[in-house]
Amino acid sequence: MPFGNTHNNFKLNYKNEEEFPDLTKHNNHMAKVLTKEIYAKLRDKQTPTGYTLDDVIQTGVDNPGHPFIMTVGCVAGDEESYEVFKDLFDPVICDRHGGYKATDKHKTDLNFENLKGGDDLDPNYVLSSRVRTGRSIKGYALPPHNSRGERRAVEKLSVEALNSLDGEFKGKYYPLKSMTDAEQEQLIADHFLFDKPVSPLLLAAGMARDWPDARGIWHNENKTFLVWVNEEDHLRVISMQKGGNMKEVFRRFCVGLNRIEEIFKKHNHGFMWNEHLGYVLTCPSNLGTGLRGGVHVKLPKLSEHPKFEEILTRLRLQKRGTGGVDTASVGGVFDISNADRLGSSEVEQVQCVVDGVKLMVEMEKKLEKGEAIDSLIPAQNI
Amino acid sequence: MASSFARILSSKRNVGILSLVGAGSLTVGFLLNREQHVSAGAQVRRVYPPSAEYPDLRKHNNCMASHLTPAVYAKLCDKATPNGYTLDQAIQTGVDNPGHPFIKTVGMVAGDEETYEVFADLFDPVIMERHNGYDPRKMKHPTDLDASKIRSGLFDEKYVLSSRVRTGRSIRGLSLPPACTRAERREVERVVINALGGLQGDLAGKYYSLTQMTEEEQQQLIDDHFLFDKPVSPLLTCAGMARDWPDARGIWHNNEKTFLVWVNEEDHTRVISMEKGGNMKRVFERFCRGLQEVERLIQEKGWEFMWNERLGYVLTCPSNLGTGLRAGVHITLPRLSKDPRFPKILDNLRLQKRGTGGVDTAAVGSTFDISNLDRLGQSEVQLVQTVIDGVNYLIECEKRLEKGQDIKIPAAISQFK
Repeated sequence: MPFGNTHNNFKLNYKNEEEFPDLTKHNNHMAKVLTKEIYAKLRDKQTPTGYTLDDVIQTGVDNPGHPFIMTVGCVAGDEESYEVFKDLFDPVICDRHGGYKATDKHKTDLNFENLKGGDDLDPNYVLSSRVRTGRSIKGYALPPHNSRGERRAVEKLSVEALNSLDGEFKGKYYPLKSMTDAEQEQLIADHFLFDKPVSPLLLAAGMARDWPDARGIWHNENKTFLVWVNEEDHLRVISMQKGGNMKEVFRRFCVGLNRIEEIFKKHNHGFMWNEHLGYVLTCPSNLGTGLRGGVHVKLPKLSEHPKFEEILTRLRLQKRGTGGVDTASVGGVFDISNADRLGSSEVEQVQCVVDGVKLMVEMEKKLEKGEAIDSLIPAQNI
Repeated sequence: MASSFARILSSKRNVGILSLVGAGSLTVGFLLNREQHVSAGAQVRRVYPPSAEYPDLRKHNNCMASHLTPAVYAKLCDKATPNGYTLDQAIQTGVDNPGHPFIKTVGMVAGDEETYEVFADLFDPVIMERHNGYDPRKMKHPTDLDASKIRSGLFDEKYVLSSRVRTGRSIRGLSLPPACTRAERREVERVVINALGGLQGDLAGKYYSLTQMTEEEQQQLIDDHFLFDKPVSPLLTCAGMARDWPDARGIWHNNEKTFLVWVNEEDHTRVISMEKGGNMKRVFERFCRGLQEVERLIQEKGWEFMWNERLGYVLTCPSNLGTGLRAGVHITLPRLSKDPRFPKILDNLRLQKRGTGGVDTAAVGSTFDISNLDRLGQSEVQLVQTVIDGVNYLIECEKRLEKGQDIKIPAAISQFK
């Protein structure tokens, strides 16, 4: 349980105005939505695990945000947070996910056969392909709120499930607190190792408590399927490989996820999911599919083109540097991935990436030959 | 809601009156609070047994880890203070910060005054270890802010560049920085700046709120070395002390810039008296006078400081219990600091050295920050006298070395008087 805010009943001795946070200098989704009225309505509520409104918003209060980047500013402590505090979460979700309404339904589609193409992205341009998502285990509180006992239970259950995988998914778990120096070196060299969060957005939400207790990394022998345990979410699942065969990456992603889910269901702890929000994760930005499917692709000429940003927006894609979020690109190589998470399915989002990247590589080739690309630019958002 | 708040206030007045009568105000205060807030101590669901929740402390080196056995954890983990503060919250900073092989940190904090009672089975042995054998179960801590008792205290300014005394004070009835709500923190600010506003003469001054200071004010405070910033040390951030920054935080100082109060940083208040040169007697005199004035002013409004016979002044970190006092000088000792006997001399005088940037900084040239080691078990007057006597001895040594004479390691002075 995170510090400071769990003595909620005592806090009710103070009036609403006395407790309401000063958000005048804030620029995040939570600060834009939270009024004194909403605060008054929700402040005496608790989820069944004891998570409160002040717990939800602490990270947004502590991190006023950036004038140009809009952070979310609130997190869930458990599955029920999204229900109990819906007066706050629904408008935040709507703002963050392009107008998604409280009555909308989210479609889940992890049938890799529904993806068209994706096995023919030019490897001269597309250096690597990757799909990641997160999963939360039903019945356990989430990283901002869970106790050590709960976090260890999530680890135990997850490791049991992962160790029962076989074939292309046979692999091994490396707990953070007891890995050998040699193992650590190898995981760093493979770019698999995750470290204690340093971002104040995560720290203020209490996600780094008790580090590195019950955290670890599991990966298959081929190093193409990787699971992070108890980092920002219960599980982060990653499928990846060098080159441009996104179809194969997505196949392995879907098959692996479905196999893992079966095992958890057998233990009566399936994944958190509902019709409205899809897969339930800690941060509202990852609701829906929680999926980021992307490639590292060389686009030195296209990235210099004045319409690059517009093209990305129309294709419903976003760019990042190859170090991940908030890094700059190096040598014209970009990380290009889907912008959407909620309101479209996994297949649809990966399809966007496949079709969009294919088109952008064509544009790059044209620009190399000195040809114009205006005829290729989509007229409107796809 | 409003009526409960009024009751809290009136209970504070009662506690104040009872403490004047000497009725063991802490216990009384605890009981009064408990009646009103019984429901707040109610437990959130506990799904796992203590053994599943016990932290992994095998790689840890802090006072909390040394004393938190599985048995102590099991005994205390279901308890809460009347405000709802729990053991897991108190130890979180020590779990998250395993410590350093050479520096032993405390590893736990108090969320309110009652923390030290409810979790005494853990806090008492930690206090004893940290304060070199002071046993809170058996001993009493003396408080003495009568500066007239100080002998000597005017240092040779050829060696002593500046003199400073600091302590902290907590407002009884309001939770401490790790646990306070925004409303409580704002209340601390209101109570304190109200009292400081009543100071007069050489103590008259002004408050600069962190949320509202102008650019010019900020620059001036930086130039004066008064401005404090959001804590970056994980020891503090993991304890929740930086929440809601910079709401209800600020700096107050007198017009002469010799008396300074930090509001809602690591403690409710940190009080500092200082000046250039070697007049420690005057620095301490102003320190005592200022503290006593502030105490009188808050008592007029029905408030008081957290204090009891067992632990002295109650502050967030157990290391600051007792007097919470650090009295020190910036002093140049070019010859003595190179003498191999220097550490032992300091030790026997019950002094510690730091760099002039404060704790964990290195000395620049041969200028050091020299201050008292102890906090609990001796009074303010005793500790400041120890610093004065000790610094005078160090200056004597330096002078003797200048003349080519030999120096002696002094006999170790006793710790508890």
